[in-house]
Amino acid sequence: MFRTLAATAALVCLTSTTALAHWVYVSNEKDDTVSVIDTETNEVIKTLQVGQRPRGITLSHDFTRLYVCASDSDAVQVWDVATDTLIHNLPSGADPEQFALHPDNKHLYIANEDDAIATVVDVDSRTVVSQIDVGVEPEGMAVSHDGKWAIVTSETTNMAHWIDTGTQQLVDNTLVDQRPRDAEFTEDDGELWVSSEIGGVVSVIDTATKQVTHRIEFAIPGVSKDRIQPVGIELTSDGKYAFIALGPANHIAVVDRTDDDKVIKYILVGRRVWHAALTPEEDKLYTTNGVSGDVTVIDVASLKAEKTIKVGRFPWGAAILPKDKIPQ
Amino acid sequence: MNGPSPLRAFGGIARRELLRFLNQRERFFAALVRPLVWLIVFAAGFRAALGLSIIPPYQTYITYEVYIIPGLLGMIQLFNGMQSSLSMVYDQEMGSMRVLLTTPLPRWFLLLSKLMAGVTVSIVQAYAFLVIAILFGIDIPVPGLLPVLPALILAGLMVGALGLLLASVIKQLENFAGVMNFVIFPMFFLSTALYPVWKMQEASAVLAAICEWNPFSQGIELIRFALYGQVNWLALAMTAGSGLVFFLAASWAFDPSRRFRAGRTA
Repeated sequence: MFRTLAATAALVCLTSTTALAHWVYVSNEKDDTVSVIDTETNEVIKTLQVGQRPRGITLSHDFTRLYVCASDSDAVQVWDVATDTLIHNLPSGADPEQFALHPDNKHLYIANEDDAIATVVDVDSRTVVSQIDVGVEPEGMAVSHDGKWAIVTSETTNMAHWIDTGTQQLVDNTLVDQRPRDAEFTEDDGELWVSSEIGGVVSVIDTATKQVTHRIEFAIPGVSKDRIQPVGIELTSDGKYAFIALGPANHIAVVDRTDDDKVIKYILVGRRVWHAALTPEEDKLYTTNGVSGDVTVIDVASLKAEKTIKVGRFPWGAAILPKDKIPQ
Repeated sequence: MNGPSPLRAFGGIARRELLRFLNQRERFFAALVRPLVWLIVFAAGFRAALGLSIIPPYQTYITYEVYIIPGLLGMIQLFNGMQSSLSMVYDQEMGSMRVLLTTPLPRWFLLLSKLMAGVTVSIVQAYAFLVIAILFGIDIPVPGLLPVLPALILAGLMVGALGLLLASVIKQLENFAGVMNFVIFPMFFLSTALYPVWKMQEASAVLAAICEWNPFSQGIELIRFALYGQVNWLALAMTAGSGLVFFLAASWAFDPSRRFRAGRTA
């Protein structure tokens, strides 16, 4: 009798485990871990021990694999989302910091900070397809939604480099402000947004002409200009908002893209915010606050910070697994 | 023939207090200007644009302006409680309180009515302040405006009861200036109104302990949690408990006939 009851209970548990919420994977640079946050409770539900100094983090387009740049292990680690196990390392080149996965779900573009190159890796065959010479200290990586362009930003050369993904050749460069960090294409690939950490601005580049059309500047009352260091960029797919992480200014700038890219609000978050990730519904934004070691949840509708969640030391990047892809 | 109606008595006392308040426009503005000056001038000096550490009930980083809102609500109530008791000293001296005491209702009931009337006035001031603060763009949770009402009532009763106790033992109107120096200021500055306890701990453990057990701090924390839809049970118990003690002591100490006799023999 008891056994039957227990079996029924177990069955109920198994069948009722349809996830209610998304999972946010956060790479903790100083802890060599990845924290996983449940978006329903906004609490850390598990922590994965990964390679040394995890920074760039992303999920495969089918959400079965988690890619982590383990910078000090000189590897990109591939994790199985279903079992939380390390499948293998990819030959990433030295000191990988940030990467971007091509829409073909096959080619990973990796910035190798110390070697001034970008490495293209075939994630299936685990081979290096190409290595492209770029500017000094490559950092940010982006691939356009149509898959035609891969962008590398180089922190010292102050350029966004345009790589033709068809030929894997560097075909053009756009000069931007000092120390470019992150790059993001708009949904229609018409614009490329590049943040400049020291320059304190975000440059908006026209994809067709590869020229900077305008720059977005920031000013927070009571915060000195040199603390405003834009890094992470998140764009909503409806073309309404851009969220810019302002580093040691401890704020996220909200840019209204429907109103001449005006900054409409600064939202207070934790210390030295570097990156952010939007949920699939784009109703919440999760920001990684390095120095305070936490993640702030921002409600997109009200543009207010709702909660701050403690994670590991120096959270760097975030990637979100949609609820329907969570392993049962 | 009608017996004494407690409701009518309360209505009379409340009306008198409200009328007095409304007739003194400057008092209404003074009551609002004081916390607004603190909010706009004082808080600007400590802006903390980069955020304050997270402490309950806050779920995320806040600016200093947001932190001191409950403290300034407490300030409104503290000053109001003291002013209300000041009016009682005045009433005692001028005789209207003695007239009131001729009603055949228990003394504690009259004192409680007086207290409630004072709290009602302080709540009108508190909500006026909250509305102005919201208009200034301070991030105050709007859903918290309702649950904060019972917290404001309780905290108001507590400081009001303290005021009554002081009024009961103060001999003359002139002595009230001393109350400002020896009661209001220490109570306000040694509380969580302007800085959290952990900040005080960095300065001195003794001061932090005083700050933590100050009944006024507990009243402020009750308001602070209520604004965010939460109940701080310790603050609730401490505020209610100390309020009751102050009130019982005031009821016992308030004996105008004794004072009258003392005045005669003097």
